[in-house]
Amino acid sequence: MRSIRRLLRGIATICVAVTFSVAAQDLPDDSVYQLQMSLQTQADTASTLDRWRGHPVLVSMFYASCGYVCPLLIRSTQQLDRGLEASVRRNLRVILVSFDPDNDTPEVLAALSSKHGIDDARWMLARADAGDVRKLAAVLGIQYRKLPDGGFNHATIISLLGPDGRVLATTSNPSHPEPEFVAALKKIAVTRENVSTP
Amino acid sequence: MRGVSIVLAAGLLALGVGSPAATDGYVAIGGGTFRSVLPAGPGIEQVEIARYRLATTPVTNAQFLAFVRQHPQWRRDRVARLFADESYLKAWAGPVSPGPAAPADAPVVQVSWFAASAYCESIDARLPTWYEWEYAAAADETRADARSDPAFRARMLSWYARTADTPAEVGQGPANAYGVHDLHALVWEWVSDFNALMVSTDSRDQGEDPDLLKFCGAGAITMQDKENYAVLMRIAMLSSLQGAYTTANLGFRCARDGEEP
Repeated sequence: MRSIRRLLRGIATICVAVTFSVAAQDLPDDSVYQLQMSLQTQADTASTLDRWRGHPVLVSMFYASCGYVCPLLIRSTQQLDRGLEASVRRNLRVILVSFDPDNDTPEVLAALSSKHGIDDARWMLARADAGDVRKLAAVLGIQYRKLPDGGFNHATIISLLGPDGRVLATTSNPSHPEPEFVAALKKIAVTRENVSTP
Repeated sequence: MRGVSIVLAAGLLALGVGSPAATDGYVAIGGGTFRSVLPAGPGIEQVEIARYRLATTPVTNAQFLAFVRQHPQWRRDRVARLFADESYLKAWAGPVSPGPAAPADAPVVQVSWFAASAYCESIDARLPTWYEWEYAAAADETRADARSDPAFRARMLSWYARTADTPAEVGQGPANAYGVHDLHALVWEWVSDFNALMVSTDSRDQGEDPDLLKFCGAGAITMQDKENYAVLMRIAMLSSLQGAYTTANLGFRCARDGEEP
């Protein structure tokens, strides 16, 4: 009896494994990674939004010449990142895309990265074509507007993406994220680690 | 799945399904400054508008059908939920058959901003910006800017007060001074920067509290011309949308840069 149960459990495990591999090829249709956009990183390399598919990823938008909100966004996200246990943190990735592709060249992004001591192996600061920037903002629900002085006013929303690019949680308050957001972040990171090691 | 889509698209192209661009007419508009309901910034009443070309009519069901046939990833049974909600093209009889509820020459509605953007890109066009839409829509049949005329405002409002029913065919309403039809009396229309309209234009607002930007109030306070209810309602409506939303009276038209190519 016990052996039959073990056999069934074995079959169930195989089924789950098969389902996962199928799902990995075909994104869920509400996955943010459905948006296929080219990114140019702080290292001046070409990348894509789904570069870190399989990892939990924090995604938000900013611009480099921003005086107050964007440094706050970067610092708060770093604090959030540092507050996680090392094993959890190892899996987490961060993507920040600029509202300002005209001015935020790879050089500007690299300077910003070094100024903030950003972990370039796990963080991507990126620029994209203006049309793609507007689309990403629409996907993330971020309203923004270019100002006459060349700056941008924008909503600040950080989205936590699961391994398949689904939005698991969002926060509009990076310096004091809601407990639900922090809990979702810890949970996804832990779940991921239990499943496999990348 | 994507492989199948490509094969289907190739097959349809081989069958000679026409480009939706073929029947789109555009007129050249603008170039200069304009007093928008939404000022460019605090104390900046005039906005600059580069010369552009605007489609004279909204996109029709027939045109959108040709698009979804060529780009099957935009069929309602295949579209990614990220880009269009559950009611996307819902009034159509089937994924590639508009049917009696969506006449060929009526404006396509229940389309998301992502789908509208993709349609315009497919014909080397784009959605108009809010300023471009507002600029063209300021005209009546004879004047480029009729907005100060109470009779013009009353006419606009009378349409917005009507209850929605199945839209009539495009191009039946009178052409405005630029030769553009149906800006007011047929359907609401997407603009490229729908998610920028209610964001405050005052850079001082970004300093104190980032949470402020979540609220519509900051943008609303800076609006000029508060008597122009019809246009203000449109801005409020567009600002309330997400890119994947679709509604039964929201369609779109395309625009292009500059003069005739």
